[in-house]
Amino acid sequence: MAGNAKSRSKSEADAEPAVPAFTKDQELRAYREMLLIRRFEEKAGQMYGMGLIGGFCHLYIGQEAVVVGVSMAARPSDQTITSYRDHGHMLACGLDPKGVMAELTGRRGGLSKGKGGSMHMFSKEKNFFGGHGIVGAQVSLGTGLAFANRYRENDSVSLTYFGDGAANQGQVYESFNMAELWKLPVIFIIENNRYAMGTSVARSSALTEFWKRGMAFNMPGEAVDGMDVRAVKAATERALEWCRAGQGPYILEMQTYRYRGHSMSDPAKYRSKEEVQKMREEHDPIEQVRARLLAGGVSEDELKKIDAAVRSIVSEAAEFATQDPEPDPSELYTDILL
Amino acid sequence: MPTNILMPALSPTMEEGTLAKWLKAEGDTIKSGDVIAEIETDKATMEVEAVDEGVLAKILVPAGAENVKVNTPIAVIAGEGEDASAATAPAAAPAAAPVAEAPASAPSVPAAPKTSAPPETPEFPADSPMVSMTVREALRDAMAEEMRRDDTVFVMGEEVAEYQGAYKITQGLLQEFGARRVVDTPITEHGFAGLAVGAAMSGLKPIVEFMTFNFAMQAIDHIINSAAKTLYMSGGQMGASIVFRGPNGAAARVGAQHSQDYAAWYSQIPGLKVIAPYSAADAKGLLKAAIRDPNPIVFLENEILYGQSFDVPRLDDFVLPIGKARIARAGDHVTIVSFAIGMTYALKAAEALAEEGINAEVIDLRTIRPMDVETVVRSVMKTGRCVTVEEGWPQSGVGAEISAQIMTEAFDYLDAPVIRICGKDVPMPYAANLEKLALPNVGEVVAAAKAVCYR
Repeated sequence: MAGNAKSRSKSEADAEPAVPAFTKDQELRAYREMLLIRRFEEKAGQMYGMGLIGGFCHLYIGQEAVVVGVSMAARPSDQTITSYRDHGHMLACGLDPKGVMAELTGRRGGLSKGKGGSMHMFSKEKNFFGGHGIVGAQVSLGTGLAFANRYRENDSVSLTYFGDGAANQGQVYESFNMAELWKLPVIFIIENNRYAMGTSVARSSALTEFWKRGMAFNMPGEAVDGMDVRAVKAATERALEWCRAGQGPYILEMQTYRYRGHSMSDPAKYRSKEEVQKMREEHDPIEQVRARLLAGGVSEDELKKIDAAVRSIVSEAAEFATQDPEPDPSELYTDILL
Repeated sequence: MPTNILMPALSPTMEEGTLAKWLKAEGDTIKSGDVIAEIETDKATMEVEAVDEGVLAKILVPAGAENVKVNTPIAVIAGEGEDASAATAPAAAPAAAPVAEAPASAPSVPAAPKTSAPPETPEFPADSPMVSMTVREALRDAMAEEMRRDDTVFVMGEEVAEYQGAYKITQGLLQEFGARRVVDTPITEHGFAGLAVGAAMSGLKPIVEFMTFNFAMQAIDHIINSAAKTLYMSGGQMGASIVFRGPNGAAARVGAQHSQDYAAWYSQIPGLKVIAPYSAADAKGLLKAAIRDPNPIVFLENEILYGQSFDVPRLDDFVLPIGKARIARAGDHVTIVSFAIGMTYALKAAEALAEEGINAEVIDLRTIRPMDVETVVRSVMKTGRCVTVEEGWPQSGVGAEISAQIMTEAFDYLDAPVIRICGKDVPMPYAANLEKLALPNVGEVVAAAKAVCYR
């Protein structure tokens, strides 16, 4: 490629030094954070089933290593923005599970006072810019966060997540062009979970190697094993370094998998049970860490304690989200204009 | 404690379903994520995954059972060494959401707060020195003054910098403020509108120039879904202080795709303010107010008005209130309500009517949303008659809204039905004669005013 842009093919990426090992503390952190997301999402699915969560509910189960690996590499001052499959991103940003769950149930203690719902949540404090329900819209918005970073000459990077489905929206390429043209500090994190709702990438995309999608703009990209939290963290560190050095945007294609349907009402008939089962058994991001921890001498008991602590956090969140009152009717007309 | 597994709702509309198959048997160990059963909903067959861990102690609803109501206990999971019998009693349905307390007599939907116009105060001292300037110069001065005042204000759009603006509205801004704050964009309306909203969400104050609002249709998703709704969806945490501006409506002989008035479109959106000035003074004072406003604003200009000159107060900081109509001409026989270029027809019609002894009161709305209904209603209570004038189409237009407001607020004062003068209900034709027919004209306004006066 021309210029100083670099691009790694998957085989080149494989030729990189092996994925750096985590310390025990890093493994434990990754395990705890991924487990929290999984248990939270399982509980959300259950509460949806009980009618406590309405409308659409898109679960992140299977993709946990992506957001946890990225957050382990990022700084709190970096911004995060994503699509409607956003619960995991908020938990990884350090938002209170109670506030997230209470938003799912539409209660006054929810992050958006119950007015946003599953797909629309924000936190100024944690630099979390949503939660967007229009496929691909967050890509332009995230590029704008990066524009603001450059305008202010700060050192922050916009972590802009979108899926393989959104990667076919026109505004994504409008954003790629401006991001590279103006050398904006943004990492385009494409979470390729192989299906845009029910359409596999092969049926929707002329070029299924999403990490190459920036080539027309001279933007570097690489493919990452999005089921391995260590690989995610290492790739994110490379991309962050590129952005912070003022070299412009970077694409990370996180190759991942969602175990559940697109949303709660999706029976997922477009793929075989064997395919899902194989991913769960051979590539599960949490099981990988768990196996390494056990092999490294951490006891089952220690992990059980973490499991119990995570379950208790999720139960408390569910309890809060069930008991917290609905918003006051007067909230109908607030927060429309400042 | 043993836990009941309840019949899940698997779509927003499901109330009951068939328990098609059990994939686990009593006595089986269950981990979270295990598929335990299949359920047929009204739409599809879905798998049910376990959330709780333990032993499947008892199946309460057998495979094949139909019409199982949502939230009916279907099985019991016991932890290690627990007795399942404790949980076989039907669990109560999950508590309904505690409803916020409201007096029993209160209506279920709270009334929308009335937006009342800012108080009637002189907009600038009567003895202010005046200077004649074009709308174009007024808009440029407004942006330059606000950019001097606040470093977070910047302008972006196609040809705004080096070309000095497609319509020369940004003339000289690049020279004064540099390329950091006067940003030429690629031709990419959807993308740069979204980028600007993102920058606004993080605290900058962008002015987005659309070469015309016709092109902003490519960006309307970001104006509405990203800019206007975020404050509400975030529970008040973050919004977008942003101005979308550019020429709106018909220019001359540019055909259907370049000649549309969007005032009514944007005025429907809660979370937006919509401004459409006519005079240079209003253009300047309201654009300065729009840039300072913390909300997303659609600022509709008009290409034909850009070159027209008006008196503008020569003040250090001339800012006008958003949401306040202006009585451009006082009268007591009929109220003519208009805005933007519609004011040219309205004012000329008022002059013609005066020659026939009809004193028309002409109201320039200036802001379409929030609309200053109070000023319009007060005038109609005096005149008993109203004509609206706009270049936009009739159906669901600004005139339609004014008519409805008058009917609600001043029905007993009306001596005649409101007449709307609008652009004709056709795409804008190119041929000079047809274009002229498609637009409103002074004669139509005069005829309508006479009609409501029964003359």
